[in-house]
Amino acid sequence: MITAVIALASLALLAGLGLALAARVFAVEVDPRVEAIEEALPGVNCGACGLPGCAELAKRIAEGKAEVDACPVGGDGVAHSIAEIIGRVFEGGGAKNVALVLCGGDDSVAVRRFYYNGIYDCNSAVLLFGGDKACSYGCLGLETCAGVCPFGAIDMLPGGLAVVDPEKCTGCTKCVAACPKGIIKMVPYEKKVHILCSSHDKGGRVRKICKVGCIACQRCVKEAPEGSITMDENLAVIDYAKDVPEEVAGVCPMNTIVTQVLGREKRTGEAAPVAAGGEA
Amino acid sequence: MARKGFFGGVHPIYNKELASDLAIEVMPLPEKLVVHFTQNLGAPPEPVVEKGSEVKKGQLIAKATGFVSAPVHAPTSGVIKSIDLYPHPVGTDMPAAVIIPDGKDEWLEGCDMERDTGDLEPEAIKQMIHEGGLVGMGGASFPTHVKLSPPEDKPIDLLVLNGAECEPYLTADHRLMLEHAEGILEGADLFARVLGVQRVIVAIEKNKPDAIEAMRGAVRERKGFSVEPLDVVYPQGAEKQLIFTLSRRRVPAGGLPMDVGVLVQNIGTAFAAYEAVRFARPLLQRIVTVTGSAIGQPKNVLARVGATFEDIVRFCGGIKGDTGKVISGGPMMGVAQYSLDTSVTKGTSGIVLLARDEIPQFVNDACIRCGRCVTVCPMGLNPSALSIFIERMQFDDAGEYNVNDCIECGCCAYVCPSKRPLVQHFRRAKAELRNKQRKAG
Repeated sequence: MITAVIALASLALLAGLGLALAARVFAVEVDPRVEAIEEALPGVNCGACGLPGCAELAKRIAEGKAEVDACPVGGDGVAHSIAEIIGRVFEGGGAKNVALVLCGGDDSVAVRRFYYNGIYDCNSAVLLFGGDKACSYGCLGLETCAGVCPFGAIDMLPGGLAVVDPEKCTGCTKCVAACPKGIIKMVPYEKKVHILCSSHDKGGRVRKICKVGCIACQRCVKEAPEGSITMDENLAVIDYAKDVPEEVAGVCPMNTIVTQVLGREKRTGEAAPVAAGGEA
Repeated sequence: MARKGFFGGVHPIYNKELASDLAIEVMPLPEKLVVHFTQNLGAPPEPVVEKGSEVKKGQLIAKATGFVSAPVHAPTSGVIKSIDLYPHPVGTDMPAAVIIPDGKDEWLEGCDMERDTGDLEPEAIKQMIHEGGLVGMGGASFPTHVKLSPPEDKPIDLLVLNGAECEPYLTADHRLMLEHAEGILEGADLFARVLGVQRVIVAIEKNKPDAIEAMRGAVRERKGFSVEPLDVVYPQGAEKQLIFTLSRRRVPAGGLPMDVGVLVQNIGTAFAAYEAVRFARPLLQRIVTVTGSAIGQPKNVLARVGATFEDIVRFCGGIKGDTGKVISGGPMMGVAQYSLDTSVTKGTSGIVLLARDEIPQFVNDACIRCGRCVTVCPMGLNPSALSIFIERMQFDDAGEYNVNDCIECGCCAYVCPSKRPLVQHFRRAKAELRNKQRKAG
């Protein structure tokens, strides 16, 4: 018994010595700044910077191949701490952008023209007649954007409409790329007046299929300061570089213009259950 | 012993007896016709009429743009009331001309006269077929003149007239073969002359013995023509499967029948060619099988292009009972419609109305890897693996497993015990791969 203990102990000692030696001899030199930068980055590996993950971006920044604010998710805070690590000065302060779904048509206000029984995914649903929403620009509500969001910032309203939480949104733009309708846009976080519609249909058609769609009446264009709201093929569009006073929202006869990022309280209560199939 | 035929396939319930014994009925002119400009695969034709224009029957209303495109003609005489977006049976809302018929049904000068076809040059025949706006009438609507123009290095030695009609419910081709056998063969003869082909096979599934009999009687006089009865298995009428069954030639992946020296034409297209060349009548009407358990009276209707589904359904006794689905085309490959404002196009072979309790629902359960889809796929693909790749968004892997060879026949989805919407998955993957290719340049 005692022999066994001694034998094993000496083996362990030998192996330990070997490992300690190997760690010294074969040590891989890592730039300590890379580790520090990686520490400072959000670490969700979302890919918004265009690189495979946070580690890769950290390496690039340390090598000077990427800017300190290359991570769109981290924002100014992260950029500042990275700048400190590599001894550069960051004079950013660019406004934070958040994603916004430019559609307000949930099932209580927008018409669905058929019963969809298929894959629960927007990119698959658009293959059939462009989706079941009567409005060809409308949110289909099959959660594709919510699925790709690495931060859980997108909620689905019960009426089948995606809504981005601006507090959780980090501006990685993954949802913008995922939406087959192209109705998710990046807007400045500070701006509170939004036109929640993407429809280029004529007013008469919009009235028939959606109660909160832009009918191109141009009242907001007249009310708002010169050039801050313009018409683009039957759709009023806000120029976010300019300021739009909150009063403008009041003139919209369709309530398309909202003064916060979607009046959830206003619409959630009366929304109908999701009509789309897929989980029948 | 191996069956003489292609690998895979399924045996759906055909229900063809609903309409197979009913003679073709001419539908009276409806109050309005909604004529789509886009009725062919390829480049969409360009409208040449305006709101308010008066048109004669057979007058050009949209001209072909580019080579892979077919012109569209006014199906009757009347006034163009408006040009607007209307639901298309296989796509989203598309521009269409609404024609209010004047009731006279007056032909444009130069149309509807008998011509001697005996000494026409092949080029002249091809020109007439193009000007007649002919497209494949089996469903895909590929412009006919393109198929008749194989490159020099790909000689065609076999013309196949496709009368298989393997889609359940549909009987339009069946009736056409019974009632217009001579016309079909005249048209086929024109195709054969254009291509210089000596051998013509009329392929018909064995579940239409009377049609086989009728065509046999008609081909007796013609040299090089023969009728080939086919085993009844879906999708026997799919181009590549049909070619393999008849000639044991395999169309290469991504290739066309002309790569193996074969041309396949639907029998309806052959008849349209006969009408266009012999009588100078452009393609203005087609036979539409209106059938299913939810239609008042099943019929084989000779309808004008542009007749709305609503008018056709009314002509056939209206909707009966609890209708769950209206399908343009057959139940296997057809497209469910959301509006009866849709109108007949050159490729609408049938309108199938099914009761609500007949419609299976997709549930998209997990794949249990039973392999049934693999045993029925006529293209020899692995739908199970493909769908799993696609669910994980691994579109490149799906591409490597040849998702682009899928003919969307629906056999896999038909047998899937997990009721997975497999064809939709594959269409998604094809769309993603197409986009990627476009981006790459």
